[in-house]
Amino acid sequence: MDEIAISFKNVSKAFKDHVVIDNLNFEVKTGKITTILGFSGAGKSTLLKLVLGLISPTSGVVQVLGRGLNSLSKVQLREFRRNFGMLFQYAALFDSLTAYENVAFPLKEFTALNKSQRDAKIQGLFESVGLDSKAAQKYPSELSGGMRKRVGLARALALNPAIILYDEPTTGLDPITTKMVNELIVSTANKTKGLTSLIISHDVRATLEISDYVAFLNRGKIVEYLSADEFRNSNNPLVQEFVNL
Amino acid sequence: MEAAVKNIFYKFFFTLGEFITDGVDGLGRISIFTGRFFYWAIRPPFRFRLLFEQLYFIGNRSLFIIILSGAFTGMVLAYQTYFGFKLINVDTLVGPVVAISLSKELAPVLGGLILAGRCGAAMAAQIGTMKVTEQIDALEVMGINSIQYLAIPRIIATTFALPMLSIIFLLVGGVGAFVIGTKTLLIDEALFYSKLGEFMFLEDMYQGIIKAFFFGFVISVIGTYFGFQVRQGAEGVGKGTNFAVVWGMISVLVLDYFLTSFLIKVL
Repeated sequence: MDEIAISFKNVSKAFKDHVVIDNLNFEVKTGKITTILGFSGAGKSTLLKLVLGLISPTSGVVQVLGRGLNSLSKVQLREFRRNFGMLFQYAALFDSLTAYENVAFPLKEFTALNKSQRDAKIQGLFESVGLDSKAAQKYPSELSGGMRKRVGLARALALNPAIILYDEPTTGLDPITTKMVNELIVSTANKTKGLTSLIISHDVRATLEISDYVAFLNRGKIVEYLSADEFRNSNNPLVQEFVNL
Repeated sequence: MEAAVKNIFYKFFFTLGEFITDGVDGLGRISIFTGRFFYWAIRPPFRFRLLFEQLYFIGNRSLFIIILSGAFTGMVLAYQTYFGFKLINVDTLVGPVVAISLSKELAPVLGGLILAGRCGAAMAAQIGTMKVTEQIDALEVMGINSIQYLAIPRIIATTFALPMLSIIFLLVGGVGAFVIGTKTLLIDEALFYSKLGEFMFLEDMYQGIIKAFFFGFVISVIGTYFGFQVRQGAEGVGKGTNFAVVWGMISVLVLDYFLTSFLIKVL
């Protein structure tokens, strides 16, 4: 039986009277690439924030790596977040730092590595995401969208996370860069044993190519959760509508 | 006609009510933000490198405008005071009047206004841009407290930089007044010094330094607070920056009145 990295047990989240996540029961398997698809406003970003513990559920329990996030204090939660790496939609690189400094940032903050150890680690990370040393000295504004994603991924992987989260990784990218990002997601998952990848997206084609499992979120509920192949052939009219858009 | 009047009254009280509730809400939020500052400021990790970076930006990089403003304020004040005082034959008091005005009021207030414009705006814009580009989310996801990382170094640096800048403002302003007073207005140098020693006391300087300390704190709390409040992209950053400058300046002027009335009784 597969191990579970993230589980939602009867989770609801409402902002004032507006219910965004509605009694959700859902599990993400360890070491697999799982994508949550859904229309805009379906609750995908809220779901991601719940996984990270950035917001608390109105009711229910979110468990990550076997720990209920609601049982953790704010300080414990901050420490616990080091189990996550996250690639943001626009990479969210610190614009006052070079690509190298961006990747070095979590290592400086949370590890006791000396400079040479840190340099070796960063070089390894840069190689793993296909970046050369020239890019390392550039600021985010000097990098292309694809390069920024690579640097963002290198930064996300710096602390060897158990779970990596991707927020709309291919939205707004050209087809070639989309392909590159997809390959990067798969190669990252393959290279790192046991790494759980959770992708939030509405890019159906890319999702079905790279995911092991796909969930479809609609109005705060998971209406379909299947392997990628099964998902493609799902009879659910909502899924069909979304897939055939 | 009666309905129209009713409508005007309704609109007036509705707008007034909205203004008051928004104001109370804003004050509540900024109080919570200030509380968070105190809570996190005394908890590790202490990032001294960030503090020194901010001290350099807020202190050193403001020197030019502070010196320029101080010099011209002192010179103008000497001129204005001289021609007023000459009418009643007390023109030798130009030195102490300028020095006391600068130390108690003009150095901290003008220094505060300058910093609200220069640094309050920069803080709101920097933090606001980080907010809309998800850089603050990136910090939080890494497990870094964004208030501790971004707000605390800026607030501490401004709180301590402004008193130092005020002292520089006062010294430069004093030199400006001395040069104009003795070289242009031909007040006797010895008299200028002696009257300064006779009427100017160390307590006058304390008052200005204490004020500057509070102004620095308030300006930076407002600047960082509005940075964190930014929403909706570039427009939001612009609004946040605007609010930071306007409310920073208003706070300096209002706080000046209350601090003055308090410090006059205490010192």
